[in-house]
Amino acid sequence: MRDVPLWREPVPPDGTTMGEPEARGRFGEYGGRYAPESLVEACREVEEAFRQAWADPGFRGALARLLALHAGRPTPLTPAERLSQALGVRLYLKREDLTHTGSHKINNVLGQALLAARMGRRRLIAETGAGQHGVATATAAALLGLEATVFMGERDIERQALNVFRMRMLGAEVVPVTTGSRTLKDATSQAMRHWVGATGDSHYCIGSVVGPDPYPWMVREFQRVIGEEARGQCAAELRTGVPDHVVACVGGGSNAAGTFAGFADTPARLVGVEAQGGAGAARGRLGVLHGCRSLFLQDDEGQITQAHSIAAGLDYPGVGPEHAHLRDLGRARYVTVTDEEAVGAAVRLARTEGIVPALESAHALAWVIRAAGDGELPAGSTVLMTLSGRGDKDVSTLKELL
Amino acid sequence: MTNPTPGPTPAAGTVERHLRARRGTGRGLLMPYLTAGITPGWTDYLRAFAAAGADAIEVGLPFSDPTLDGVTIQQAGETALARGASTRRILADLSAMPDPGVPLVVSTYYNLVLHDGPEAFCAALRRAGVAGLIVPDLPVHEAGELTDAAAGAGIELVLLASPATPQPRLAEISSRSRGFVYAVSLMGTTGERAALAASAAGLTGRIRRVTDRPVLLGFGISTPDQAREARRHADGVVVGAAVMRRVLDGAGPDDLRVFLATLRRALDAGSQPGV
Repeated sequence: MRDVPLWREPVPPDGTTMGEPEARGRFGEYGGRYAPESLVEACREVEEAFRQAWADPGFRGALARLLALHAGRPTPLTPAERLSQALGVRLYLKREDLTHTGSHKINNVLGQALLAARMGRRRLIAETGAGQHGVATATAAALLGLEATVFMGERDIERQALNVFRMRMLGAEVVPVTTGSRTLKDATSQAMRHWVGATGDSHYCIGSVVGPDPYPWMVREFQRVIGEEARGQCAAELRTGVPDHVVACVGGGSNAAGTFAGFADTPARLVGVEAQGGAGAARGRLGVLHGCRSLFLQDDEGQITQAHSIAAGLDYPGVGPEHAHLRDLGRARYVTVTDEEAVGAAVRLARTEGIVPALESAHALAWVIRAAGDGELPAGSTVLMTLSGRGDKDVSTLKELL
Repeated sequence: MTNPTPGPTPAAGTVERHLRARRGTGRGLLMPYLTAGITPGWTDYLRAFAAAGADAIEVGLPFSDPTLDGVTIQQAGETALARGASTRRILADLSAMPDPGVPLVVSTYYNLVLHDGPEAFCAALRRAGVAGLIVPDLPVHEAGELTDAAAGAGIELVLLASPATPQPRLAEISSRSRGFVYAVSLMGTTGERAALAASAAGLTGRIRRVTDRPVLLGFGISTPDQAREARRHADGVVVGAAVMRRVLDGAGPDDLRVFLATLRRALDAGSQPGV
């Protein structure tokens, strides 16, 4: 199924898009802090601590050091030479798959773990779907001497046994979630319930640009390093300095938010690629879930419906509030691809560039391949695509399909 | 933040008038909770609750993602949804039910309120004979749009206060809440507990310093002993998980009437706050 092109000329850069949220954590009509009263004070404390830390060169320096020495930043910008030639566009890959733990999730988690330590918290709480955010959280906790408790749906535990083992080896407690659909949505609900009773000593380390204010903003700021590095790399590499298109996959939307943040004030066209079965931005309707007002997949009665994607990281029935706002502004466009297109794109990248991408990242590539084929990406366009993670975790899924 | 000094109170609504009148007789207030749509004849439970001496009844509209509920009310919600419960059907059932004689207070998550929009939602509640509304994921600073819609429809929007709420904010909650102030006894989710949380007394004491609205304690109150103890700190109690565990275990309206009557007696025997 093709998306209706909502293509508008990008909103002229005004320097404020993807800056601080408006009052009360708003991105246009989205965002906010729709948390139970028992969590409101904890959210306020996180916001206050984040504002102070983010303005503190000492904190910034400590984070930059961890990102360089532990996570392996900066990540390269790799020209996809053979694939570009075949597609007739110039495709550059921002290689988050090369970070420690294998995905962009580590950028956010190192930031939040440092913040938690600064706030005097001794434990991190996290939700995870495929396990990438859980593994990153367990890793950061071990590195900083914190405890970690990771909530994971029972179905995901069965599907991602190796990541469960990795988290436990790193010293984290993995708690199976047996309610609801037993996937990411329910793991998130359970992590929030647990936090209500643990605000005194624990920090809730949300893995995406979702949740109550300040999380959507804070997580985007911790992921901004992707976009800022890429901006500088593009300036050095491209004759035009800025790519024509900037593309990233969107589940909750953290790697896309971090990538887009580096280009929001440029003429680049921003494209978020969702899974057909988890298209919160493309097909969701206004609602409130997990602490924020945004777009969510719902049935006719207002019950949240289950997302379905071959990529567990896109298996979330909503999208971060800032993406909903960028969609409304026309600053970014949100498109969908199918499981089959994503798998095809993963295989193609493996065989042309020697890179097995995460199935999430393969969604972004699938759109590039499709758009280059049907002329939506004119021949010779420059495209920056964030390759958010490596495909090791998906090998068993792919093995059953191929 | 608004001025914490109690100003001239707008005319109290049905729930608040009713609870103040009952409190005035020295009675401890009892508000049992039921997940709507849990059984085919679920409104029979509401009649049984009223017969057992409930002063108001909380009617929960089940939501797919109840982030503030413990396992019992989660299971009740899943059961009701699996039976096909929806806001529309539940309100139709309430409309068809004879007046139970005590105010009905609906509780649900904000997504269901936004689904048709706050105005339409509140108007539908009113048409179904509902007098009050509790939305646990709608804190006071986000409640503006629903406050206006509820006031316009004559629905009393009850706000929740938590042990973590700082005092100036507690004053704002107490002043903007309608019907009563819902005091969340502990830092946790709904569900039965072995004992009344130590945080309950401090919270209710702090609320009483800023309002004379009725204060009901909820979360974790499951037994007559706990109700009796809660009565020392608050005007009354909300009992949810202890009711729903029995319903999930197959207890019928008559069984629940017997259980709630034990809570009623405990509240009647208990001493009043500050006495």
